[in-house]
Amino acid sequence: MRAETARYLASRLVTSALIVLGAMLLLFALSALVPGDPAVTLLGPQATPEFARQFIREMGLDRPLHERLWLFLTNVLTGNLGTDVLSGRPVAGMVLSVMPYTFVLTFGAIGLAVLLGVPLGVFAATHRGSLADNVLAFISVAFIAVPSFVVAILLLLVFSIWLNWLPVLGAGNADDLWDQARRLILPMAALAIGWVGFIARLVRSSMLEVMAEPHIRTMRAYGIPERLVTYKYALKNACIPTIALLGMGVGRLLGGAVLVEIVFARPGLGRLIYDALSVRNFPVVQGAVLVVVVLFVVVNLLVDLSYSAIDPRMRRGGAAK
Amino acid sequence: MTALRPLVQVLRQVCGTVPGALGFAIVLVVLGAAIFAPWVATHDPDRLDIMNRFAAPSAAHWLGTDHLGRDLYSRLVHGASIAMAVALSAIAAALTAGTLLGILAAWMPPRGEAAVLILFDVISSFPSLVLALAIVAVFGPSTFMVVVIAGITLTPHFGRVARAQVLTLRSAPFLEAERILGAGLPRIVFRHILPNIMGPLIVLASMDIPVVITIEAGLSFLGLGVRPPLASWGVLIQDGYQYLSDSWVPVVVSSAALAVATLGFTLFGEALRDAVDPRIRQER
Repeated sequence: MRAETARYLASRLVTSALIVLGAMLLLFALSALVPGDPAVTLLGPQATPEFARQFIREMGLDRPLHERLWLFLTNVLTGNLGTDVLSGRPVAGMVLSVMPYTFVLTFGAIGLAVLLGVPLGVFAATHRGSLADNVLAFISVAFIAVPSFVVAILLLLVFSIWLNWLPVLGAGNADDLWDQARRLILPMAALAIGWVGFIARLVRSSMLEVMAEPHIRTMRAYGIPERLVTYKYALKNACIPTIALLGMGVGRLLGGAVLVEIVFARPGLGRLIYDALSVRNFPVVQGAVLVVVVLFVVVNLLVDLSYSAIDPRMRRGGAAK
Repeated sequence: MTALRPLVQVLRQVCGTVPGALGFAIVLVVLGAAIFAPWVATHDPDRLDIMNRFAAPSAAHWLGTDHLGRDLYSRLVHGASIAMAVALSAIAAALTAGTLLGILAAWMPPRGEAAVLILFDVISSFPSLVLALAIVAVFGPSTFMVVVIAGITLTPHFGRVARAQVLTLRSAPFLEAERILGAGLPRIVFRHILPNIMGPLIVLASMDIPVVITIEAGLSFLGLGVRPPLASWGVLIQDGYQYLSDSWVPVVVSSAALAVATLGFTLFGEALRDAVDPRIRQER
């Protein structure tokens, strides 16, 4: 048992390291592929030849490719993500300063989605076949199908512009927590809505599966109150697939956060990448994308490990696919 | 004609449920608009009419006009063509690549198989929009890049299903017989495996159409996909969003079109899955 767990752990760690390494190689290859003269693209055609030469030397662009790759890999391992071409600030610092915004947004959205999705799923499962169940099923599909940036724009239009209930753009005053929270509501809702649908559907189907099992029948036969059977015993087992779903969904959630951050003009990782992209500031794009990948890999690893801790059946050979 | 009978039967089953029928109707409307766009549209989608900016919906402009006075209804209709063209080419690419990789994986020694499966895991769990940002940063935005990004994102869906299907088929007695009779690998794959695994793959393809539509619209909304004069739904939403303070009509109309289309294709895809094989679970 012990050895099995250790082996599973090791294989997951190796896979995660491979993903990060692959992402690093890909990003490096992309940076080497930037068409045209990098100095001209980044500095503009007005830069003097001397300045362009100095820039190329400072960025190490005159060295051979394998040396640049080695430099890039060792730099990243020591936490140096390179320097912003335009402001001269280190990319790692820029990424760290906006990361909290993206964190609050995505994890807030996950929390909101679980808070709404799980009760809806349980309700649908305990009222199977009723009109409410059918309506909920339709609403869930609608929530899943409609892209989050469309939801974001419509929420903004209705609640900020027409009703004027919530402030429109930005993350709010850094000292004013109430202001920040108010500005978080709409982006969080826009990001969460699709996941409400996903979670409600998944909880419903796994609840129905669990409720049909013999141990639930035994509990009922012993006269344990239905409420206790549903919420304490059945729901606990039915939550396991939901955790796996969230783990797989973190990547999509981060992608959705990019769009939502742009619609609501909020600072964050997505916004940082997007803004750097529009001025072709590749070092920032590279560093920030790498951080997103690492973030994503770490979250996935944590979810996988907690998953196997909750459900020992999963330990053998990873997730059942 | 006899080949059409199972198709008709499946469609009848799809339309037997309210969501399925609704989805099928929306799919037909979107496909009709996409294929017959030049005839369905009432105006040239690119003709400017600056005097008529932000015109309200009227008999002349059914859904009003945008910030340059272009007819919104006609632009939406042409947007359907772009969405469908991108969706179908990305899915065709992913279907081909995924099926090949999946079949290959099923036949490879365990180590090679594991490598392909890890590749699938990496791609499908990667934040694809973020990857798209990095790729677009280098190669610049274009419709072709959207197809490439969406195609890569979807390849694992098809690869996993193809592999699983081949694994269940491989030991089937009729294939055993073929092999004993001396059939080569190409014959087995093209004559027997492919026709037998096509069903679930086609269902999956239909379920992935709304995914591609969303990717295309999202990238185009960011200005990283289909380029502006072309009337992609994402471009239309971006245009409307820019001029939200002048008029809310363009953004609501184009968002609604995108939302209805993705919802319709999702409903249709799920009904199709239930009709063809209730056992195929969503692989996402």
